[in-house]
Amino acid sequence: MAQRTVEEINEKIKSGDAVIMSAEEIIGFAKENGLKKTLNSVDVVTTATFGAMCSSGAFINFGHSDPPMRLEKITLNDVEAYGGLAAVDAYVGATQESETKGLEYGGAHVIYDFICGKDIKLEAKSKGTDCYPRTSISTYINKGNVNQAFMFNPRNGYQNYPAATNSSDKIMHTYMGTLLPGYGNVNYSTAGELSPLLNDPYYKTIGIGTRIFLGGAIGYVAWEGTQHAPSTARSDTGIPIGGAGTLALIGDLKKMRPEFVKPARYQGYGVSLFVGFGVPIPLINEEILGYLLLENKDIFTNVLDYSVESRKRPVVTKVNYEELRSGHVRINGRDVPTTPLSSLKKARQIADELKDMILKKEFYLSEKIQMLPLENTGNVLDVRGPVL
Amino acid sequence: MKKIKVTFYYKTKDVKKPITYHLVKDYDLRINILHAQIDNLEGKLFMDIWGKKDNIDKALEFVQKEGVKYSIFTKSVIWNESECIHCGTCTAVCPTGALVMDKSDWTLKFDRDRCTACELCVKECPLQIIQAGF
Repeated sequence: MAQRTVEEINEKIKSGDAVIMSAEEIIGFAKENGLKKTLNSVDVVTTATFGAMCSSGAFINFGHSDPPMRLEKITLNDVEAYGGLAAVDAYVGATQESETKGLEYGGAHVIYDFICGKDIKLEAKSKGTDCYPRTSISTYINKGNVNQAFMFNPRNGYQNYPAATNSSDKIMHTYMGTLLPGYGNVNYSTAGELSPLLNDPYYKTIGIGTRIFLGGAIGYVAWEGTQHAPSTARSDTGIPIGGAGTLALIGDLKKMRPEFVKPARYQGYGVSLFVGFGVPIPLINEEILGYLLLENKDIFTNVLDYSVESRKRPVVTKVNYEELRSGHVRINGRDVPTTPLSSLKKARQIADELKDMILKKEFYLSEKIQMLPLENTGNVLDVRGPVL
Repeated sequence: MKKIKVTFYYKTKDVKKPITYHLVKDYDLRINILHAQIDNLEGKLFMDIWGKKDNIDKALEFVQKEGVKYSIFTKSVIWNESECIHCGTCTAVCPTGALVMDKSDWTLKFDRDRCTACELCVKECPLQIIQAGF
């Protein structure tokens, strides 16, 4: 039975009566006050994460030059942006590396510099057409002189993610950080019990159209994310063990804040973007409360051996996030140190920031417009061509 | 009292020599071993040493005579704390535990005294906010 509706919650936000907690805080509150009181008194629970999310990027419309030009080959601070769109639209992807600086600077850094308000060097070439006669351009753009600029991230907020280790005798540099030989460490990336989709395992409140916190601005869930795979095996609590759900997110790049979006480069791998992402979950009924109260000890993931060069990396062991957070997990009877890769401190800051935005009536909750798919497994690329 | 941070480099054949025993017993030094490693070619011993200046100088002469090379550390890396997002990635590669996560609030802590300036974290930091020191 519904405890309250999203509409009722928004009325309480408007009148200043809404009670809001983070997904970490409600666990302690429920232990102290019991389920009934928690359900009766809490309206909104904020969830958040701040991790490197490679499948991120931004669309920018530069505005037309005079005479006009159809920008075909485009670079922003020497980083290629995709121009296979209408004349002055471009998409800059987070992982694209600089043509002059390599992985020390990439699309993620362009996005960050743009958010900071810096001038960004735009260079473009075109073959020239009757309607777009100009053939080259070199100028500077910034968030004050372009038309629209919005972040559109095809895959963010992975519901859960495997941890990484390395059984080989060689050091590995990966997007999961450095993996030391001989099971030297286990790296993991999660906000755990604070993470958005871990608090809504069956997508009961988070769906297409959900209003979110993205990079310090207001954004929306645009679609299921690429590689959305909700059919991944789940534990008794309903939480997937590894991968599973993902989200495609959209938000106004011009309104984002540098403290909630950070460019990253991983040695031997390349460029990525730390994305600050938060979702307020309306506490609409007892079922949702049950999910919100799941703790790190209830959330499991697999530790995969990244030294095996296959999509199906072998599972070394299964652990929960309380174990990973403890600093050590057991592998083959030995304590192996664990390393976090996403920032729990920043995730907590985002959960608090989102709480403040709601309390200040700058952010109202939205109902999802459409459910995310509940069934889907990832396809594997059918490689038909000759081996090159 | 003087304190130095030093690494001793042993040939494998010399690792059986009780060097640290002599530093304590003969030169009245206080020793805290921060990191030790032996492979098929070389042994390394990284430590803090406290003692009278004269005694430290004499002790270093002694270890050299024993065939042990040493290098004294005078630098560490520079961590731009205000730009740090406290992700923890660097802690995976820090061999001495100079960079660790404080589990009470999940902030990164840097213990300059434990730093050997190996600079592994300089390459590892995804935000490139740890620089080689001087």
